[in-house]
Amino acid sequence: MTTAPVDTGRKAASMAQALGRALRDAMADDPAVHVLGEDVGTLGGVFRITDGLAKEFGEDRCTDTPLAEAGILGTAVGMAMYGLRPVVEMQFDAFAYPAFEQLVSHVSRMRNRTRGALPMPITVRVPYGGGIGGVEHHSDSSEAYYLATPGLHVVAPATVADAYGLLRAAIASDDPVVFLEPKRLYWAKDDWDPEHPEQVPGIGRAVVRRPGTSATLITYGPSLPVCVEAARAAAAEGWDLEVVDLRSLVPFDEETVCASVRRTGRAVVVHESTGFGGPGGEIAARITERCFHHLEAPVLRVAGFDIPYPPPMLEKHHLPDVDRVLDAVARLQWESEWTSNEYESGAR
Amino acid sequence: MTVLEQPGSYRPTPPPAWQPRTDPAPLLPDAEPYRLLGTDAADGLDPELLRRLYGHLVRGRRYNTQATALTRQGRLAVYPSSTGQEACQVAAALVLEDRDWLFPSYRDTLAAVARGMDPVQALTLLRGDWHTGYDPHEHRVAPLCTPLATQLPHAVGLAHAARLKGDDVVALALVGDGGTSEGDFHEALNFAAVWRAPVVFLVQNNGFAISVPLAKQTAAPSLAHKAVGYGMPGRLVDGNDAPAVHEVLSEAVHRARAGGGPTLVEAVTYRIDAHTNADDATRYRTDVEVETWRAHDPIALLERELTRRKLLDESAIRAEADAAERMAADLRERMHQDPALDPMELFTHVYAEQTAQLREQAAQLRAELTAAGELPGPQAGGPQEGRQR
Repeated sequence: MTTAPVDTGRKAASMAQALGRALRDAMADDPAVHVLGEDVGTLGGVFRITDGLAKEFGEDRCTDTPLAEAGILGTAVGMAMYGLRPVVEMQFDAFAYPAFEQLVSHVSRMRNRTRGALPMPITVRVPYGGGIGGVEHHSDSSEAYYLATPGLHVVAPATVADAYGLLRAAIASDDPVVFLEPKRLYWAKDDWDPEHPEQVPGIGRAVVRRPGTSATLITYGPSLPVCVEAARAAAAEGWDLEVVDLRSLVPFDEETVCASVRRTGRAVVVHESTGFGGPGGEIAARITERCFHHLEAPVLRVAGFDIPYPPPMLEKHHLPDVDRVLDAVARLQWESEWTSNEYESGAR
Repeated sequence: MTVLEQPGSYRPTPPPAWQPRTDPAPLLPDAEPYRLLGTDAADGLDPELLRRLYGHLVRGRRYNTQATALTRQGRLAVYPSSTGQEACQVAAALVLEDRDWLFPSYRDTLAAVARGMDPVQALTLLRGDWHTGYDPHEHRVAPLCTPLATQLPHAVGLAHAARLKGDDVVALALVGDGGTSEGDFHEALNFAAVWRAPVVFLVQNNGFAISVPLAKQTAAPSLAHKAVGYGMPGRLVDGNDAPAVHEVLSEAVHRARAGGGPTLVEAVTYRIDAHTNADDATRYRTDVEVETWRAHDPIALLERELTRRKLLDESAIRAEADAAERMAADLRERMHQDPALDPMELFTHVYAEQTAQLREQAAQLRAELTAAGELPGPQAGGPQEGRQR
């Protein structure tokens, strides 16, 4: 990520600050917005995202709940039924699992069950992903569970501006949003002014973070900086890589992804989540179904291994890194393009 | 003081200064289920209330037998009967004000009907033409909940939200004896007590969770005793004694409305029918046991009281039975009409705004239906959105 150039006069802000600011602004704009979760009040959350909210808006608006995730999300359902707009914090990815039944059996399908009479404008914030040296149950990439559940939106910001803009959009949405916060980017800073937050595209729109012509890297959340770095390094090898930041897995912006792949003819999907049954499989399948005749090589995936998340001293072997992304790019059958280019140029 | 601030915040103190935060004695349920019928206290009961309860019970029983019959006629996919539990169902509905909310489980359609809901709407889930056949806001009845006890935290959240907004709304949540073993039961009661939410939890202890008897479900002295662990009062009541259930629930509702917090009520009753029409109850209980409970039937108990006090004569009994027959005939006739189905509605309520994927899938289904000539309504023969088969 870039750091703020000194001469802009704007402050460098972290993703954590932008998320906190988004909550504050949403609460100030709409009295229906309530924050609840474990340690979100007095402490300001274990990541301090909710710092200051209880003080500014009172305990009734930013509430320390009993330590029970199903209870947190289950009561949020009732609050939403009564016209509130709850934002719940699940303290860590793996601690969100007790709330899974409420999420799958109620939050995701209440609108459907009631023919639209009971929409669920609930935002479920989940600090997720690895790379922070956490001991077990603190580093899961759980997005595949959520995106397999119809009725949920699944959002993962990767930049400071998106953290603010997408969280505001999630809270304003009349549909439930699982908001995956890449916790290893919490402290990544960017050129962003909290007093004048820039407009970002809404939920469901992917963004090309780096234009390129050779191949497309498709990613989201904590893997975006890895892909941007890989694209920089690849330039030295003669590859001009395009980087697409999905920003939301549901809705999935097929249009932007397919337009990019049709231009470049090659694609690699990069994420921390396991490869087998992970989002990359679905994305690769969709690209293959829709862009088959534009593809010069099979769509490859760089994903976490199909193992329980490793202990912190071994996690570097598990997480997709620049080298692994470049290795995948190298396997995109460049020989065949060379051959076909040569063929088209009449050299053979 | 905000809603959530509480006097005397609990902080653990080192021994020997430790003492319980609250005196548990007033929270404890009575040793015996509370009864009114057949006791001296029954003489003081309001005749109007007794007649009202009686009419509801008679119609409720007829509703149960009619719904069960509709399963045999293929008009309901399944029906979990509340025969024998009508006193709980009816009392739960009658103690609430219009602005209050009821949170039923799948066995509690009668409570929704007693609250004023059209029985056809209440039975939509069980007929299978949609999941929830009514707008929950219309009668303040949450969707019938199938995953056990998961509706209880919803009741807590709704009641809490109402209190935050300054509305004196109470939520009454229904659950069975089996449901008390679920984690959501625990979490809901804990949240309710900590937040002092205006909620009443009514456990209809009907003896069985499908086939599993209460002894295999809990080692607690009673289900009502569980309340003490959360710091709320527990009440034990004879679930077949309609005025007793009505009184205990009324007290709990008033207490909740006055800011006194939640109550757990255990009503001891019995599921006279099998779990559903698909269940065979002879595999896990004896006819003798069922007959013992039939002798303690909620309608017969109330009828005995009303006749003893000469509040009900033969013609009044016949009039109530006739009213119940008319209700059943109307229900039967309307349930024998095929419901209108719109397959395209499958895609309508998934999100506020349809995703591109869903638009594509809707177009596929529309094309399939058009090709098969099965698309109902004005869309038939219209422009096709997808490739025809």
